[in-house]
This record gives sequence, structure tokens and C-alpha cells, in this order.
Amino acid sequence: MTTDHAADLGDHAADIDKHVRVYIIVFVALMVLTIVTVAIARVHLPVPIAVSVALLVATIKGSLVACYFMHLVSEKKLILAVLLLTVVFFAVLLALPILTHSNGYWIHP
Amino acid sequence: MDIPYTVEVRRDTGLTNGKIGIWLFLASEVMLFGALFASYILIRTGSSSWPRGDSILNVPLATFNTIVLISSSITMVMAWASLMRRRLGTFRLYMGGTILLGFVFLVVKYFEYSHKFHDGLFPSSNNFLAIYFTLTGLHMLHVAGGMAVNAYFLGPGSKLYKTNPVWFTNRVENSGLFWHFVDLVWIFLFPTLYLL
Repeated sequence: MTTDHAADLGDHAADIDKHVRVYIIVFVALMVLTIVTVAIARVHLPVPIAVSVALLVATIKGSLVACYFMHLVSEKKLILAVLLLTVVFFAVLLALPILTHSNGYWIHP
Repeated sequence: MDIPYTVEVRRDTGLTNGKIGIWLFLASEVMLFGALFASYILIRTGSSSWPRGDSILNVPLATFNTIVLISSSITMVMAWASLMRRRLGTFRLYMGGTILLGFVFLVVKYFEYSHKFHDGLFPSSNNFLAIYFTLTGLHMLHVAGGMAVNAYFLGPGSKLYKTNPVWFTNRVENSGLFWHFVDLVWIFLFPTLYLL
């Protein structure tokens, strides 16, 4: 039953053409954002602003890769649920050292 | 015995087993790199002084490598799209390009590492270099691993296309998901290590 196949070869040539156009647009956007990243770094902004801007641009780039190259925009809910759980644990992982630092207890006992 | 749900999707998950498997693996990879990024934040924020990456590392080479890796991501996705269009020849061209770009990335990293070692800069030299070599070294291993899988699909693994093109396409898609993840990790490594 072709509708149950993960990759219906040849059935959606027009859809694939549309996807390819999106891939090219995303590729150009990634290239532009890479140049933006380097250009901002050359300005030598204060560290907190530089970190925020660099991570913002990197997050936009990463989202483009995940959403379009990795097809997350059209992915099944189960995959999105797995990733949501991952994001939560990832955030906790990154928050731990930040909280530790703001408290200062572990670093400067 | 045939591996189940390689072509047809499972009714309960709505996915092939390969697809859910690679995403669960990537979720574990997020935690692996996440732990190292957390270590980086902890060490950097706890340090009284920290060098800017561009004062030690080669930004033009890293920018070039970023462009190389992003380019390899589009050739990878085009390789998959070629299979969806039933064009094996075009698939081979794009997949070959992806492997070649991965190789270029590793060669550039080799020169970067060599230069550091030549200058007496090792992982043991300071915390910055320890973090730099650990994160980029682990990332390079992932690039090499992805290249090996892609080379298999370009070579002997492509025989599957003749007998079961849908399964082969799904396998290439899963390999592509890993490759894009490797690109995604570099997108964050590049500014955090080289530019800040």
C-alpha cells in the first residue's frame, strides 16, 4: 500500500521540486547568516550582547537546518514529542552551571 | 528474518523503525554535546579571565569550514531528493559531493590542529584549548562517522536500490538526518569557540 510508505518514490515529483526550491532558499539564508555572524563578531560588542546576538543567529540557523533539511516542519508528532523532551532536559543541563554561577556557592565556597 | 517496518510505517508510531531509531539516537547526541556545552559554560563563567576565540584560533579557516559544512548539508538533502525522483545517477553525484565536502572539512581541521601543535598549544595548555580540542575533536569524529556511512551508501550499500528502492531511500534519509545534525552542532560550535 503506497500511502503507508515512508518514501513514495516517483509519486510526488512536483512536491519534491517544491522542496528543492525551499532547500536552495534555506541554503542561501544560511550562507547570509554565516556572513552576518562573522561581521557582528568583528564589531567587538560588549561580551553579554555579543554572546546573545551570536547565539540568536546560531539558533535561527540551527532552526532552519532542523525544520527544513531535517524535515521537522512536516514530521510526525511522536518525533516532535521526543525532541520536546530532549529540549527540556537540554535546557536543564545548560541551566545548572548558570544557576551554580549566580549562586556562587560551588565556585567560591 | 526480515527487519520489520523498514518500508511500511508502524500503525502505532506512524513511522518506520529506522526513522524513530535515528531520532532517538540524535536525542542522546544532543545530551552528549549538551553536557560538554554545559561544562564550557561552567568553566568559562567560573574563570577570572577568558581569551576571545579569535585571538587564538583561525577565524577565516573556520568560516570557510562553516561554508563547506553547510554546502554539504544541501548536497546531502539533494541526494535524498534525487532518490525520491528515482534518479540514482544524480544521487551518486550529490552523495559523492557530500563525502568530498566532509573530507575538505577534515583536511582544514587537520591544518588547524597541526598549526596549534606546532605553536606548542595542546589540550593540556589551558582550559580554553581543552574545551576547544574536546568539542571540535568529538565533532570531527562525528564527521568521519557520517562520511563512512555515506560512503557505504554510495558504494556497496547502493545495491539495495535495485531490489528495494524505498528502503534504500529511507536509509539515506536517516543517514542525512545524522549529517544535518553534525552540521547543526558546528553552527553552534563556530561562534561559541571562534568568535566570542
